Amino acid sequence: MLPLLESMTVLQLAITIFASPLIAFAILSLSHHKVPRHGDWLAITALFVSFICSAEIFLRSFASDNPVMLNLSYSWLPLSAKHSLSGGILIDHLTAIMLVVVTLVSFLAHLFSVGYLHDDIRYGRYYCSLLLFTTSMLGLVLANNLLYLFISWELVGLSSYLLIGHWYEKKSASNAAIKAFITTRVGDVGMFLGLLVLYDQIGSLQYADVFAAVHFSADLATWQTVAGLGLFFGAMGKSAQFPLHVWLPDAMEAPTPVSALIHAATMVAAGVYLCARMLPIFDAQTLLVIAYIGAFTAVFAATIAIVQVDIKKVLAYSTVSQLGYMIMALGVGGYTSSIFHLTTHAFFKAGLFLSAGAVIYAAHHEQSILKFGGLYKKIPITATCYLLCTLALIGFPGFSGFWSKDAIIADVLHYNLVGSGHYFLGFAALVTVFLTAFYMCRQYFLTFFGQPKDEHLHSHAKDPNWTMTLPLIILSVLAVFFAGGGHWFPEYAPKKSGFEQVLQMTASEANTLELSHTPTAGKHQNSAAHSSEHGQIIDAHKLAMMLSTGLAFLGILVAYLFYYQNSKGQTRFSAQKVAERFPFLYRLLVNKYYLDELYHFLFVRSLHACAQECQEFDRKVIDGFVNLWAKLTMMATALVEACDRIVVDYYLVLGLARSVTRAGNRASALQTGKIKAYFVFSMCSVLALIIVLFFIV
Amino acid sequence: MNFERMITELGFTTTAPVGLHSYLVVAAILFSMGLASCLLRKNAIGILIGIELMLNAAVLNFMAFWRFSGGVGGGAGPMAAIVLMVMAAGEAAIALAIFLNLFYNFTSVDVEQASNLEG
Repeated sequence: MLPLLESMTVLQLAITIFASPLIAFAILSLSHHKVPRHGDWLAITALFVSFICSAEIFLRSFASDNPVMLNLSYSWLPLSAKHSLSGGILIDHLTAIMLVVVTLVSFLAHLFSVGYLHDDIRYGRYYCSLLLFTTSMLGLVLANNLLYLFISWELVGLSSYLLIGHWYEKKSASNAAIKAFITTRVGDVGMFLGLLVLYDQIGSLQYADVFAAVHFSADLATWQTVAGLGLFFGAMGKSAQFPLHVWLPDAMEAPTPVSALIHAATMVAAGVYLCARMLPIFDAQTLLVIAYIGAFTAVFAATIAIVQVDIKKVLAYSTVSQLGYMIMALGVGGYTSSIFHLTTHAFFKAGLFLSAGAVIYAAHHEQSILKFGGLYKKIPITATCYLLCTLALIGFPGFSGFWSKDAIIADVLHYNLVGSGHYFLGFAALVTVFLTAFYMCRQYFLTFFGQPKDEHLHSHAKDPNWTMTLPLIILSVLAVFFAGGGHWFPEYAPKKSGFEQVLQMTASEANTLELSHTPTAGKHQNSAAHSSEHGQIIDAHKLAMMLSTGLAFLGILVAYLFYYQNSKGQTRFSAQKVAERFPFLYRLLVNKYYLDELYHFLFVRSLHACAQECQEFDRKVIDGFVNLWAKLTMMATALVEACDRIVVDYYLVLGLARSVTRAGNRASALQTGKIKAYFVFSMCSVLALIIVLFFIV
Repeated sequence: MNFERMITELGFTTTAPVGLHSYLVVAAILFSMGLASCLLRKNAIGILIGIELMLNAAVLNFMAFWRFSGGVGGGAGPMAAIVLMVMAAGEAAIALAIFLNLFYNFTSVDVEQASNLEG
């Protein structure tokens, strides 16, 4: 418990967490050009306040016995007796963890950006987008219903789009932004369908209502599968799972702190968060689909990462691969291990990206690892942080990634051991450990060891100032020690790290949420966390630890043999020769399995062709019809005009005028101007009058 | 007072009593003379005189009919006569003013010359 915040209630803390970046966003988006330094200090301060409050909530959450600290909802849109939409805040252990991860990484990314983007032309706009992202992400984890989650979900997608396209003058950046937006939107269609199904069937989108309904009604069965698959499809888009992963590597066009915050630590983890949150609604088949997609993505992305040469692309594929791990863990019921890995991954991957950012900054925006080399002596702080985070990602014993990855592998192996079959999952998990170790060490050796490839670049490289190194140091310390020692919490047990113990509470609390309306036991019999066979779990843990450590060392060794250059600049084996030996495989990997080309052919080209056809149709048929109509109108108008001119003008109007003129001409003959004629005329008239009056009437 | 007795007492003798038709004949002659004067004269003054003659013929008719109808309608006949005479005086004044203008413009009062209003 932090001393200054003791008097605040949980609700006050939650509102402060959400409102502080929101207010900063509102102020800066309206007037960032009027405040000094475009208001970066305001953004960083707001994030710091958020982080402190999140830490308070985190500490309180795990000190109390009650898993759900706050579940506040209000009726937002009561539509009918059965259907209603409500808003609200939910704070439980999962939320508390996510809050800390989001605010901490966001704070550090903001701090890092000060140096990284100090001479950027859209510095203020950048901070606005970053604040918008953080606000939306906090909204996403604070929501207690799927509707608010979905709104925030779309808002983080928007901010991601804005930030990927930050340097939109670059064609590749704007293309990447559009690609990311559209690809995640494809997933969101599935998610929205899932939401509609749930809302239609249950009448509410609150987590508690949904879980209660899923638990009670048997007639939901098919719809439950549909909704589960729909939600998972949304998570696939956001968390870059195969086959919707294509946007994430391209999203590396964003400034590096953005890659660290959005495309490594937080937004892409939102899909995992969604699946973890919604775990009770997935039935056995859906969970199997989730596990297989996660496992496949983990291996698939890792194989691509082996041959990438862009320092950020390697990390991007690594992120896809690690997200696959988390998804796979959820699929086998490993709620705890998945969230555990999400947390550790957020720290060490953000650390890796920020370190990569520092390398890129030092190398004057050169990103190809083939042009680096020997940078260890020039940028020692960055290199050390990079090394620590890399070891955490590899799963080097004792580092945070070791514990979380071990937990996932143990869950997967246990799933295999209890006799479910599906050995692909365990195989994929172990192969990925090897591949991860290999490609990360390859990158590290190429970047920091060996001979400098580019003298100019090498001689000018130096460590950045404190605003950039401080985040690196904090994140690498977390990557090493976070949950690693396990002495943080009194529930420490030798087999599990302390943080994992804490997460066990989260898992049981997910169960509580699900079961809050029913006394019966949980329904996920395949969940490792729920199984009572403790002996098997311990077996699985031992096996996982041995196998994954062995494979990680093997990966490091292979990378050493292929990529570590001795003082003469030679490696033990030549990667070049291997590539020449298997040219097809090499080309396949370099071209990322030709998926982009396939999508281009399948979707972009066919859409273009379709658009072409539609344009033809539009031009010929619809335009033809319009033109025909116009011509008919013109003809009718000509007819009416002729009628008007001939009949009305000539005969009626002018004819009347002519006849009046003629009559006037005739009548003017009477007007002789001779007074006598008038006399005669009037006399004759009088005579005629008399005759008429006296003799006729 | 009887009109015939008054004439007799004044010393006039009549061979035949003067009847209505005598007045009408005189009035008709007057009217015809006036009309002829209007139609045939070129001089505007002559035309004015002709008009006066016709008016007076009408006045004579009014008086004659009043006299021989035995005063039906009260004093309507003499009243009409007086109105007509006043009217004739006004008409003469206006007509003479017109003629003066005519004279200024055409240096004559010949109505044949003033034919500007021919249509």
